[in-house]
Amino acid sequence: MKPLTPTALAFSLLFGLPTVCLAGSADVVVEGAWARASIGTSRPGAAYMTLRNMGNDPVTLVGLATPLAMMPDIHESKTDANGVSSMTPAGEILIPPGESVALEPGGLHAMLMRLQYKMVEGETFPLTLNFADGGTVNIDVPILGIAARGPEG
Amino acid sequence: MRLSAFQKVLWGFATIAVIGFVWLQISVRNDQRTDDPAFHADFELTDHQGVVQTDEDFAGRWMLVFFGFANCPDVCPTTLAEVATVMDGLGPDAAHVQPFFITIDPERDTPEQLAEFVPAFDANIIGLTGTPDQIKRTSETFRIYYEKIEEAASPDGYTMGHSSQLFLFDPQGGYVGAWAYGTPAEQILSDLKGRMSI
Repeated sequence: MKPLTPTALAFSLLFGLPTVCLAGSADVVVEGAWARASIGTSRPGAAYMTLRNMGNDPVTLVGLATPLAMMPDIHESKTDANGVSSMTPAGEILIPPGESVALEPGGLHAMLMRLQYKMVEGETFPLTLNFADGGTVNIDVPILGIAARGPEG
Repeated sequence: MRLSAFQKVLWGFATIAVIGFVWLQISVRNDQRTDDPAFHADFELTDHQGVVQTDEDFAGRWMLVFFGFANCPDVCPTTLAEVATVMDGLGPDAAHVQPFFITIDPERDTPEQLAEFVPAFDANIIGLTGTPDQIKRTSETFRIYYEKIEEAASPDGYTMGHSSQLFLFDPQGGYVGAWAYGTPAEQILSDLKGRMSI
């Protein structure tokens, strides 16, 4: 196992979030994860966060897993010059060394399809981020109110 | 102090620029006030309680109109959350503003579906739906765009593309302007208060 860089270690200690195992993805730090509460289970949910690559190698996010949703996937909302918004699967997400990728409203988001249970404000749900190198990062995503606008609520 | 010819020319340009700027500001304001609005809010749709509503039912109130669909997990909840924040920020003046969420996905968004979804953000927001024909007609009167996009990786195999601006109409139903998706609630609130002169 590749040791954590001091900065990544500091982030890990500070946020207590990632459990790391392999090189590359071992240097990914997740910050500011949040999701909105859902009303039931019939409509998809979304989760947001910032992925920071603290290492020296590029990493590629290839997929998600969570007991909350049968079909979690990274999707991207885009708004064109005419103000028309639409959403498509984002595919793999490359994070160059030293850079970060924000999953935030109106852009990339973890789309949580086929919810298995209701997302309740005040609770958290586990989310696994799968990387191309075989590594995973496990986080707990806090569920905020339905009208939350960011990680602060 | 004596100015060189070059400095005089520069000052001349500066003066013209200032006058031009002030004139533009005044003319823009006049455009906004003495307006002949580009179009009027015009709809007859069913609200999330199953009651038929028309634009006339809301005459005398400012209207905030957003188009979307309940299966939209990102853009639509984000805008509804912004609208909820705006309504909170208006305090007692919220009584003069009626926000609407009009679905462009009438196949899925029945009044019952909207009743679950829309008021959860703010009790003041009215969800509106109708037959596919009614929604099409509404999109034409509001001059918005929407389309169904086949997408295997989406719930029910499709998603919707749609105009995502938040539209403002005055108490006479005249179009005032629109905020682009992602405009922070604080900005919308301050613009809106300016328009309402509160």
